[in-house]
Amino acid sequence: MAEGASYPDIAVHDTFPKLLRHNASVRADRAAMREKNLGIWRTSSWAEVKREVDRYAAGMAELGLKRGDRVAIIGDNRPRLYWSIAMAQTLGAVPVPIYQDSVAEEMHFPLSHAEVRFAIAEDQEQVDKLMALKERLPTLEHVIFDEPRGVRDYTLDYLHDYEDVVAMGDARLAAEPGFVDAQIDAGEGADTCLIPYTSGTTGNPKGVLLTHDNLLTAAYHGAKFEGLRESDEILAYLPLAWIGDNVFSYAQSFICGFCVACPESSETVLTDLRELGPTYFFAPPRIFENILTQVSIRIEDASKIKRDMFHYFMAVARRVGVDILEGKPVSMSDRLLYRLGEILVYGPLKNVLGLSRVRIGYTAGEAIGPDIFIFYRSIGINLKQLYGSTETSVFVTIQPDGEIKPDTVGTPLDGVDIKIDQTGELLIKGPGIFKEYFKNPEATEEAKDADGWYRTGDAGFLDEDGHLKIIDRAKDVGKLNDGSLFAPKYIENKLKFFPEIREAVAFGNGKDYVAAFINIDHEAVGNWAERQGVPYASYQELAALPQVYDIVLAHVEQVNRDLAAEARVAGSQIHRFLILHKMLDADDGEMTRTSKVRRRFIAEKYLPLIDGLYSDAGNAVIEAEITFEDGRKGVVKADLRIVDAAVVLAATAQAAE
Amino acid sequence: MSGVAPVSGQAERIGGELLRVDNVSLSFGGVKALSEISFDIKKGEIRSIIGPNGAGKSSMLNVVNGFYQAQEGSIHYKGVTYAPMRPYIAASNGIARTFQNIALFRGMSTLDNIMTGRVLKMKASLLEQALYMFRGKSEELEHREHVEKVIDFLEIQAIRRTPVGRLPYGLQKRVELGRALAAEPDLLLLDEPMAGMNVEEKEDMSRFIIDVNEQFGTTIALIEHDMSVVMDLSDRVVVLDYGKKLADGTPDEVRGNQDVIDAYLGVTHD
Repeated sequence: MAEGASYPDIAVHDTFPKLLRHNASVRADRAAMREKNLGIWRTSSWAEVKREVDRYAAGMAELGLKRGDRVAIIGDNRPRLYWSIAMAQTLGAVPVPIYQDSVAEEMHFPLSHAEVRFAIAEDQEQVDKLMALKERLPTLEHVIFDEPRGVRDYTLDYLHDYEDVVAMGDARLAAEPGFVDAQIDAGEGADTCLIPYTSGTTGNPKGVLLTHDNLLTAAYHGAKFEGLRESDEILAYLPLAWIGDNVFSYAQSFICGFCVACPESSETVLTDLRELGPTYFFAPPRIFENILTQVSIRIEDASKIKRDMFHYFMAVARRVGVDILEGKPVSMSDRLLYRLGEILVYGPLKNVLGLSRVRIGYTAGEAIGPDIFIFYRSIGINLKQLYGSTETSVFVTIQPDGEIKPDTVGTPLDGVDIKIDQTGELLIKGPGIFKEYFKNPEATEEAKDADGWYRTGDAGFLDEDGHLKIIDRAKDVGKLNDGSLFAPKYIENKLKFFPEIREAVAFGNGKDYVAAFINIDHEAVGNWAERQGVPYASYQELAALPQVYDIVLAHVEQVNRDLAAEARVAGSQIHRFLILHKMLDADDGEMTRTSKVRRRFIAEKYLPLIDGLYSDAGNAVIEAEITFEDGRKGVVKADLRIVDAAVVLAATAQAAE
Repeated sequence: MSGVAPVSGQAERIGGELLRVDNVSLSFGGVKALSEISFDIKKGEIRSIIGPNGAGKSSMLNVVNGFYQAQEGSIHYKGVTYAPMRPYIAASNGIARTFQNIALFRGMSTLDNIMTGRVLKMKASLLEQALYMFRGKSEELEHREHVEKVIDFLEIQAIRRTPVGRLPYGLQKRVELGRALAAEPDLLLLDEPMAGMNVEEKEDMSRFIIDVNEQFGTTIALIEHDMSVVMDLSDRVVVLDYGKKLADGTPDEVRGNQDVIDAYLGVTHD
């Protein structure tokens, strides 16, 4: 699997600074980082990066940075910020990456909790936030900025230009040439190497303390599993403070020696992607979804010849594309057709998207719709899902080549053990599991037991091939009255994969059967109504149309057939549903700002509707308060129709297979 | 950008006189657009010209850069007296401007539009440029680098290759500023750079104007309707009404001037 790739011995090179030193000696002239500056891609070799980090580290030591200190790193994906991580680790200090788009107030908690003494800020925006917080951060002594624009006129003693720090380092290195090597040699694998703060949907964020051993081992096994090599390239465009970016764009680059490119600015990512053509690519499902939507829209606007050609070859790709990618037998004629399609459609399309060279593409974080997932795979992009979190140094499971199923997240990596407890919660043990939550023993105790098993909080199971399937957050999983498993998100995701359904809320815990609220997608259903010439005046009216109910009913029954095919969830088919008259909205408290459904709140607010769903009534009346865009509140009254959906008996479904 | 050392502090920033308008009068037939206007602009300052509609603000800028030729009066610029100023003299001596109605090449990309700001600095012959040889090549690279610095400064990397006609209004305004900056001006004339912008766009543009002034030491003459912007940005303000000068001074002085208040509120008093 790992042809053409050679990996360093991570027992010897057991910290990131040691790996950097290793890379600077074995692949001194290979590209390590690229950055587009003034319209031109500028490349730094491993030897150059090493020299820069050495000078930087020596300069920071002059400023007083020492082993064990915490260093906040705040900004976009810039080479100097990655070098800041390496610099801190070289001196045995601990980098604490902070989300660059947080407002000052949100930054206060991690900065004060981690007791940072130093902060590396990308530009004026970040420096300003730190200045606003400075008085409330008694431990913060120095702020170093990368981009002097707008900051150079600030006359504050604690502000330092990156260039000046590096120049100070030169002086130190001239006087003490062995300084950096001595620092590197003093470090070992068990040292803390990173404290990322998890976003924390409830309560304060938690600092996840990771050691070199954690990150290195997990990243190493992930790289080995995929056969990553020094000729690979990645575009670092996701937040630096996110563990995934640290693993993909830093840890794995140090292990394999591949090149990491930083986009020119956050707005130019798509152009930069096309120019670079990365071979290793990560994006959350939402991005893959958006790209596909844009492609579909532009194809519908193209000339008839192009449109027909696209649809014809996409049908070919759907039929045989995935099999060809996975090296399964496909007839000669289909192979030729697919090759023609590659020339006419798939090739140019991948080129426009900047994905032509992708060898390994990952997606994770949320469930991805099977249609979207298969679309990318069918045009020859090796897109896979993986599972992991900050606490596990990302890699827990990856889909192995050739065994990819749209609804599982793959098999555990080398050294990772997983088990499912009685409640259905997934537990993980392995070298990547974090050491502890920083200064939070209660949370550590809750999440990690004495044997090192980490409670993920996710509910899942292993399927017959040993693939992990995540169904929901463990706390949301419940049981129906007949004892069968009820995982609301699993059902809702299946519904949401239909473009006409925007949002869904499933009920069933402690009930006799599963019932659901459906939110239609205004745009998709509105488009459909327009094409059919069906008149409607408002969202409420659109949602109540009998034809719309018919569409949704067909989708619900499709979901029921899917659920019936899986023994574990066959009991949670949807018996009754209704279409809500208004969109669930964060302004009305029904969703979080990150678009997650707030089940408990909705259950209380729409109690009469739920009562309707669990009765024989054909309709239910609700008065709901809504908030207008200008902040005024009003009450909307609606009489909603409740529809019964056909349920497939699990036994019949199995017999039919 | 142009190697000008950053200057800080109000006192150091503003130097001696850069331009003086002396008794300028301009009329179109019987309409008197400007009558006997005099004021000066000091090196490094942000100087605003305000006034109600039809007060003669744009005409004033047009006289300064020689687009209109005043019947009376003169322009003193960098120690030389021009009566009148001629557009090519203004342009080749470091005066650049933007327009009230955007005047960009709509079919050309952002990059090419800003590149046109470098035209006066190009020395290569047409043939050299067409063949991309000798001076044609080296100059192109040098000018491109300069233009890239402007693009970086204005944070418009993402629209480098986009035809300007497809850009939203606020961004077009920014491109126009970019073209003026590409000429590395000593004096930048901005004719309503924020007209038609929303609050956020105005804030961005204000930031850029301050940055241009602070980082490159460029002197700026600004026409603007939004009073809060003018009062925040300007070192000194001159107020025109019906072609006459009503007031001249710091924002605070102008704000308290009864004539100015009347002109804006339309009060007549005896």
